Amino acid sequence: MEMQQFHYDNKIVKNFIYATMLWGVVGMLVGLLLAFLFLFPNLTDGISWLSFGRLRPLHTNAVIFAFVGNAIFAGVYYSTQRLLKARMFNDTLSKINFWGWQLIIVGAAISLPLGYTTSKEYAELEWPFDIAIAVIWVVFGWNLIGTILKRRQRHLYVAIWFYIATFVTVAVLHIFNSLALPVSALKSYSVYAGVQDALVQWWYGHNAVAFFLTTPFLGLMYYFVPKAANRPVYSYRLSIVHFWSLIFIYIWAGPHHLLYTALPEWAQNLGIAFSIMLLMPSWGGMINGLLTLRGAWDKVRTDPVLKFMVVAITGYGMATFEGPMLSLKTVNAMAHYTDWIIAHVHVGALAWNGFLTFGMIYFLVPKLFKTKLYSLGLANLHFWVGTLGIILYTLPMYMAGFTQWAMWKQFNPDGTLVYGNFLETVTEIIPLYWMRAIGGTLFITGMLIMVYNVIATIRQGSKVENELAEAPALERVTKRRTANEGWHTWLERRPVQLTLLATVAILIGGIVQIVPTIMVKSNIPTISSVKPYTPLELEGRDIYIREGCVGCHSQMIRPFRDEVERYGEYSKAGEFVYDHPFLWGSKRTGPDLHRIGGKYSDNWHFNHMYDPQSTSSGSIMPRYPWLITGSSSQLDKSMTETKMEVMVSLGVPYTEEDIANAQEDMLTQGSQIEQNLYTDPDFANTYENDKKQASENGEDFIEMKNREIVALIAYLQRLGTDIKVETAQR
Amino acid sequence: MLKFVKNHMESITGIEIYPMISLLIFFTFFVTLFWWVITAKKDYIKTVSNMPLDNQNDDIS
Repeated sequence: MEMQQFHYDNKIVKNFIYATMLWGVVGMLVGLLLAFLFLFPNLTDGISWLSFGRLRPLHTNAVIFAFVGNAIFAGVYYSTQRLLKARMFNDTLSKINFWGWQLIIVGAAISLPLGYTTSKEYAELEWPFDIAIAVIWVVFGWNLIGTILKRRQRHLYVAIWFYIATFVTVAVLHIFNSLALPVSALKSYSVYAGVQDALVQWWYGHNAVAFFLTTPFLGLMYYFVPKAANRPVYSYRLSIVHFWSLIFIYIWAGPHHLLYTALPEWAQNLGIAFSIMLLMPSWGGMINGLLTLRGAWDKVRTDPVLKFMVVAITGYGMATFEGPMLSLKTVNAMAHYTDWIIAHVHVGALAWNGFLTFGMIYFLVPKLFKTKLYSLGLANLHFWVGTLGIILYTLPMYMAGFTQWAMWKQFNPDGTLVYGNFLETVTEIIPLYWMRAIGGTLFITGMLIMVYNVIATIRQGSKVENELAEAPALERVTKRRTANEGWHTWLERRPVQLTLLATVAILIGGIVQIVPTIMVKSNIPTISSVKPYTPLELEGRDIYIREGCVGCHSQMIRPFRDEVERYGEYSKAGEFVYDHPFLWGSKRTGPDLHRIGGKYSDNWHFNHMYDPQSTSSGSIMPRYPWLITGSSSQLDKSMTETKMEVMVSLGVPYTEEDIANAQEDMLTQGSQIEQNLYTDPDFANTYENDKKQASENGEDFIEMKNREIVALIAYLQRLGTDIKVETAQR
Repeated sequence: MLKFVKNHMESITGIEIYPMISLLIFFTFFVTLFWWVITAKKDYIKTVSNMPLDNQNDDIS
């Protein structure tokens, strides 16, 4: 048979590896800064774009989409070419994929700290970026499927199936979760509200973990572990079962992020059932990965690549055991909103994604530069520093989680909370936050050692941007099954049919959960006293979103005795019908805010936002002076009417009169709050002095009623008060 | 499970059929999957699982 010569594109792989390392360091450094903000809340005092709430989405997005994302592309572009014996379909598409992705990351790194966020976790980027992501993702898929179609290898190895499923599912998830109506170039409102928004968001959020952090990495595991161990995967049969059952079941598990919330109970139970089933395929895959090393465990002693991979797969096994356990209602009641979840995700991110990426880089860089690794010793050092980093990060966070759970729920014999002041439960775990920061520092140190080692390796090697290879052309066979060919054997040499089937497998779960919740009104019992936000409250809510308050404060009181005692009446589904987007949150670094309205005076909120430590000694909340003083504090009211109109098209019942009177309405409500603030003589003094000084110097003076803080106070005072009206009426 | 589905989705007529359909989908899915895996030919499994290792370029270098 005629042999064809062709070149593998190594340059694109190299570029993605460089990007992986660069964004890995950046993303983790932002994470480290956040860890230190727990210890020194005023470390970046007064700098709005370095405040915790704005940096947290930058950290998660940088690690998931920049670090792990580029690692996925590097691994996929390397292994796909070799598994299919073909160069990537089109070099231009490869380049667009690379540069487009980096541009989006840069855009995220600028827009998120500036406060442009949708507030939906791992989907915080605003709508123009969402469109860009969709376009670049399609370019990637086009390139991948194009390569598959011009392959020189008849059968598709299981890794390729995982890549196909990744492409298809991430596209579906991203598009449906990002559906929003734009208000302006960088502001939009989710088309879903409240409970529905929560369900769609966590269908997305959970499956971002499944199809961005898991399936592509499983594909990489199925390629690189056999490669590094130089023996085939333990059981190819198991890998087939692993693939189909994993993608079929994973997509259903999203609602386990919303247990005990206002989500309809049938959806919660569906999520639990599938999460528990998920243990089987996950562990099947883990065992398959580990047992690939059967008879080669001696290599693990000497080869850093395998060391990293073994810890990665072990981390995968731990995280995927913990996941189903956390989905059990009893365990979830303990762990949800606590630092336990932070420990859980970091086992996944640091061990599974981090270490598999490191193993892959140590494997690839010498190959791409035709040389040996510069220093085995440094790689081993990285391994041990990194492993110690993971342990020192996660163990204290587990301890912190248990402590929070135990303290939040502790009652005195007389029925009052032992730790009625939330702050006590925060100060208690500060030493653990210290240990976490040290663990994080170690992990980054390891990463920097790797960067040095890789640079030194590249310097001593010679780059081969286009690697020569040869393989016979693929002979055409009939579209039908050939004699003695099983249907799956037929299926996996027909990539288009395989892609379609995989799509069907992932769509079933999504449709069964989401369509009824959106279509069936009875799922969200309406409460007649729940009214849309006033214009000022709406603006305040947008400030709450911009500052990322949702990163530390939930707005979802679960129906537990301690939560009702601590925060007030538990949250009802009908209370969120006008919440575009929902702001339930997933972490309580600070207390829940759903019933904060009317709990404290306007003055308290004012002082608390200016200096949280003055009202709450020992608080680790940062100051928000830019909402209160200076030119930045002026509330931008130019978009209010447009915002309300967009809300109307989303089904919020503002009347034309409401919209026409919006400006007047905001002034009235703002003046009332300003007047309330005057009850504090300190405030009155300072404010009057400021006013006098400004007029003496001829400077512009922003009246309190026109400042952002007033809008925020209006929103906070409204939170959770609607059902109190109903109770009063009765 | 059935009682949750029924309580919350009474507005859909014939909702009771859903769990039955689910069971059928799952049963078919997994039985077919295992049927294929168990009856797969050894030759095929061996060829495909060796694909990552079958790389001439590792030697060329």
